[in-house]
Amino acid sequence: MSELHLSSKIGHDDIKTEPIRKGFGRGLVAAGKTDENVVALCADLTDSTQMGLFRETFPERFVEIGVAEQNLVTVAAGMSALGKIPFTSSYAAFSPGRNWEQIRTTICLNDRPVKIVGSHAGISVGPDGATHQMLEDIALMRVLPNMIVVVPGDSVEAEKATRAIALNGKPSYIRLAREATPIFTTENTPFEIGKAYVLREGHDITLFGTGTMTYECLIAARILASDGIEAEVVHVPTIKPLDSQTILASVRKTGRALTAEEAQMNGGLGGAIAELLGEQLPTPLKRVGMRDRFGESGKPTELLEKFNLTGKHIAMNVHEFVDQFDRYHQ
Amino acid sequence: MSGQLTIKQMEQMANTIREDIIRMLEHAGSGHSAGPLDLADIFTALYFNIMKNDPKNPDWEDRDILILSNGHTVPVRYATMANAGYFDRDELKTLRQLGTRLQGHPERTRLPGMETTSGPLGSGLSQASGMAYVLKNIDPNPHRWVYCVMGDGELNEGNIWEAAMFAGKNKLHNLVGIIDRNNIQIDGNTEDIMPLEDLKAKWEAFGWHVQEIDGHNIESIIDACSMARAIVEKPSVIIAHTIPGKGVPFMEYDYHWHGAPPNSEQAREALKKLRTLGGKITGEHE
Repeated sequence: MSELHLSSKIGHDDIKTEPIRKGFGRGLVAAGKTDENVVALCADLTDSTQMGLFRETFPERFVEIGVAEQNLVTVAAGMSALGKIPFTSSYAAFSPGRNWEQIRTTICLNDRPVKIVGSHAGISVGPDGATHQMLEDIALMRVLPNMIVVVPGDSVEAEKATRAIALNGKPSYIRLAREATPIFTTENTPFEIGKAYVLREGHDITLFGTGTMTYECLIAARILASDGIEAEVVHVPTIKPLDSQTILASVRKTGRALTAEEAQMNGGLGGAIAELLGEQLPTPLKRVGMRDRFGESGKPTELLEKFNLTGKHIAMNVHEFVDQFDRYHQ
Repeated sequence: MSGQLTIKQMEQMANTIREDIIRMLEHAGSGHSAGPLDLADIFTALYFNIMKNDPKNPDWEDRDILILSNGHTVPVRYATMANAGYFDRDELKTLRQLGTRLQGHPERTRLPGMETTSGPLGSGLSQASGMAYVLKNIDPNPHRWVYCVMGDGELNEGNIWEAAMFAGKNKLHNLVGIIDRNNIQIDGNTEDIMPLEDLKAKWEAFGWHVQEIDGHNIESIIDACSMARAIVEKPSVIIAHTIPGKGVPFMEYDYHWHGAPPNSEQAREALKKLRTLGGKITGEHE
């Protein structure tokens, strides 16, 4: 769709790749230039979470917390009381993994615009293993009243998302991945918190993707097209608030839905869309993601393969799903 | 400032606040008794003498900030704020009722002047540290102070010591912690549940200036806060030794009153004790 200005290299081997977290690093500096109230706090992972660029640009607005994630978010809550817009970063396994209650009470119930940046989320963290592969963060953050949940699809979108949440005045969670992944959007692709985007039109099934899995949905759609199935691909970078209008409109057209995420599907994007469709438009649904289990050590590509988180696997899932569906409706 | 009360008048005020606490808790039928009662002198000193605050303008941008970390003791803050003129004393009887601004544990967004939302223990000192950090390093304002009242049982929480390290590292001299050292927590006496001593040495080791005072002596409370503000090298903590349930003899020293309210008979008895206090308090209550 031309108005989305997507990369012309989608599906090609030479598509440019970059870790999503890099876009966050640039977006944070841009946000810091736009609003002098933006401050950054980190729990001893400054370079790894890409806060180093902000630290170099605005040293007086950077606060090192040390390995103390509970203190990370509560110091930030205090700073926000004096008009600051704090971004707090760590690995998602530790923040929001360890400090959920502090986020609930001092940020969400207290309604302070603190930003929780969870880096190294998902299975593609790789060799560090299950302890560091955060899969439950979407579910943890999504259930909190007042919290906004954003999962950018690539580094270019992460930059825009970071600038947007800096100015939204709300508690917000942004989820970042470690590995370099394809950049399928461009500078001119729109991004707005709370909007889902139809990246490819189709009429047989809707593939909903978030984060790194949206690109895999695009790959799946290309495979499916060659098999005669026209899949619509909807990118859902904001999981809360969910863009129910776009989601329902697509499913009304296709009648079938599949969700894909690098996270626990229970409570994740899969959970969110199942809830929406269950209440408003009961629709056959297939969920791709981690199904109630932990990851393990391995190369990112090996793990994505093992846990069926690739475009090829999504396409296989769609075939099975469509066959089942057709048998049922015969 | 909420006015220039004499020490004697503040002692009377603390007693009025204790009476209000008993009435509020009796009416609510749930809540914590011991902590609010033993903090009455400290809260009176803070609101009526120590802190720059304006009950008619709770968001005054030059005000001092008070963070109540152990949110379960909030009845003392509500009663003190009402007596200082933040809101009508009649509202106190809505404590814990449906639709009230006076939630069982304090919520900032419901009541002007309530600086933060608290209840789950251990996170107040970090928030106070974040505020003090901004006022010291980012938007420097040498005329504003951040006070943080903590319970002693609350010091079991790791988050407190994370904040203690952070404030010590950053030499947040504009931060004053006040520990309600009443030696009780829900399951028993603090030294039986999870010993805190040597408490003074612990805070000193974290880079804090430490004072120990009689938490029921209003003059000592005021003096200790003056001393804390005079220390420019490090954050200060005041270990205020208090008697849990202070002022109501059958509640004093008894940890069973930590998390329980008085019934109507007990409330009547408590109010009688508070009004006489061995002739120590004179004035309107006699």
